[in-house]
Amino acid sequence: MTASLTDLGHEAWIVDPAEASLVESLGERRPELCWLALHGKEGEDGTVQRLLDLLGLRYTGTAPFGCEIAFDKVLAKDVLAGAAVRTPPWVVVEGWALRDLGAGAALGEVVDRIGLPCVVKPSRSGSALGVGFVDRASDLPQAVMAALSYSGAAVVEAKVEGREVAAALVGEDLEPLPLVEIVPKGGAYDYAARYTAGATEYFCPARLEAEPTAAVTQLARQAAQALGLRDLTRVDLIVDDQDRAWVLEVNVSPGMTETSLVPMAAQARGMMLTGLCDVILRSALARA
Amino acid sequence: MAEFSIDRFVDRYAERTAGMSASEVRALFAVASRPDVVSLAGGMPFVDALPAQALLDVSTEVITRGRSQALQYGGGQGQLALRERLTMLMAEEGVVADPDDVVVTTGAQQALDLLGKIFIDPGDTIAVEAPSYVGALTAFAAYQPRFLTLETDNDGMIVEQLEQAIVRGERPTFVYTVPNFGNPAGVTMARARREHLVSLCREAGIPIVEDNPYGLLRFEGEPLPCLRSLDPHNVIYLGTVSKTFSPGVRVGWALADPSVIQRIVLAKEAADLCGSNLTMSLTERWFSDEARWRGALADLVRTYRGRRDVMLQAIEEHFPDTATWTQPAGGFYVWVSLPEWFDTTAMLAAAVERRVAYVPGSAFYPDGRGRDRMRLAFCYPTEDRILDGVARLGALLEDEDQLYRSLRPS
Repeated sequence: MTASLTDLGHEAWIVDPAEASLVESLGERRPELCWLALHGKEGEDGTVQRLLDLLGLRYTGTAPFGCEIAFDKVLAKDVLAGAAVRTPPWVVVEGWALRDLGAGAALGEVVDRIGLPCVVKPSRSGSALGVGFVDRASDLPQAVMAALSYSGAAVVEAKVEGREVAAALVGEDLEPLPLVEIVPKGGAYDYAARYTAGATEYFCPARLEAEPTAAVTQLARQAAQALGLRDLTRVDLIVDDQDRAWVLEVNVSPGMTETSLVPMAAQARGMMLTGLCDVILRSALARA
Repeated sequence: MAEFSIDRFVDRYAERTAGMSASEVRALFAVASRPDVVSLAGGMPFVDALPAQALLDVSTEVITRGRSQALQYGGGQGQLALRERLTMLMAEEGVVADPDDVVVTTGAQQALDLLGKIFIDPGDTIAVEAPSYVGALTAFAAYQPRFLTLETDNDGMIVEQLEQAIVRGERPTFVYTVPNFGNPAGVTMARARREHLVSLCREAGIPIVEDNPYGLLRFEGEPLPCLRSLDPHNVIYLGTVSKTFSPGVRVGWALADPSVIQRIVLAKEAADLCGSNLTMSLTERWFSDEARWRGALADLVRTYRGRRDVMLQAIEEHFPDTATWTQPAGGFYVWVSLPEWFDTTAMLAAAVERRVAYVPGSAFYPDGRGRDRMRLAFCYPTEDRILDGVARLGALLEDEDQLYRSLRPS
């Protein structure tokens, strides 16, 4: 990333909040723009973005409120459904409701409403951490506990079978890049499948006909617009056997290394990492 | 349409790398290394306790007088002077050894890998304790064996299970065991079981690999005979100075029959030509002064004993009644068993959020079990930090218990 920015003629340097105080480092050199490449809670939930707003520094990506909603699946699902974006049916299980309000007694309702198999996800977590697949009702409590280990609430979502695709949207107009189809060799696109090289196969463009491709792309843009995302985002979707697309989640800070999905999609369009960076950079700088 | 791969060499890798995958636990440990997290996870020896001046003296001596050897290549078997010192260390535990039958390795970890290399063909059966040292499991796994797991209790490996397996027709290529204060369980194999294991394996013609990193870290009670001293011909013995001196010097060793040693030396020379002469020299010099190393080791044992006591007391005070744990008489670890519905892998995220870390139990089983277990290390954190960490963990266990009961309201 730094190399690409340098290639574009910019002076770029790395500030790692794990190694040095962000406020001090940024205060010393006052960059014209901060390229946000932080992943995980503080990087994606609006925390860093609010801090940069306070410091009066410009940055790439979505504004704090949009980040906060997009990163929290409980909020994001509501917003998406409100904007008529198709997303799998879901129920929220709150940790406190279980502890203090006896919500555990209603767990049977969850299965009745959502059906099996289902997917249990922490409301606020990335990289598929804490995600569990449930085939039997008796396994639901443990999957909920695992998700609650990562976050205060768990989202229990119907499992839609189909092709997993990622839609990258970049630039001022959230221009779609070719879809990436994800085929995990072990069946589930879990943490190991994401981060072990070779554990997943990717097809780009996705092996879809023109019509579903257009529908997926349209739905992804609709999702990104509903959540107020900017500059760069990746929407993860499932295309079922009737070619209907469902939004699973959105990422405000998708991976941008040479081997990540968004650069892969750009490459399929003939756009190298440097060109991709330029589009994102211009989009961020276009905001006054 | 193009098929993309994150790794363009993906079709080229050897089959043995198939089991090597990224893990959630590693991702969480990246966070657990922050200073505000009390880590009861890593088994790091408390090297800060070693006397700085003495270390400086030894280093100076190696560089001023021994540098022509220390900075040079050496033989694959390792320095003879060091092997003599290691023989002396083994004698501390009653193991009689000839320096010619010793090969110095890059930590005992390399000896595990080399044993895998010279003994294991794909599909061979290796008998291991359950739970077992994760580093041995991963070292052996690269050679694609099938693991035969033998349960343990407070007296170590349940040898009867091996006997039954042999009756069933199993013939493991070797049996791997950490009989003293094992990692992760902290338990020690009882004398009768040692004798049983040794005679059983001798009769069946199955070699034993005895890994003994913690034997000299005994806090109380009488030492038990090493398996190697019960049967010098059928036991391959592994030692290390990582716990008695420093893991940074990467000095371990294997003691075995000359024929085995010859193969290990050849395999080692193929792997790395020779160990580091510099750190071998440092280690040799360190153990040349008996008062010095004995004093430093006694200090370490005293420190670890105090930390073990604090940890056990804190667990007693803070952990729920449903938990049980081992009472190690030495070594680094306490092994905690929780009700079967616990998932310590998932719970690690919540633990790190509460600023405490441990190692989830499933790491120590080759078959995915152990999700209701956890390993707590008392070797590195100070007593105050251990108290804090165990209290935080206890509060988390109580909360998890409450959450579980709320999910099973019947």
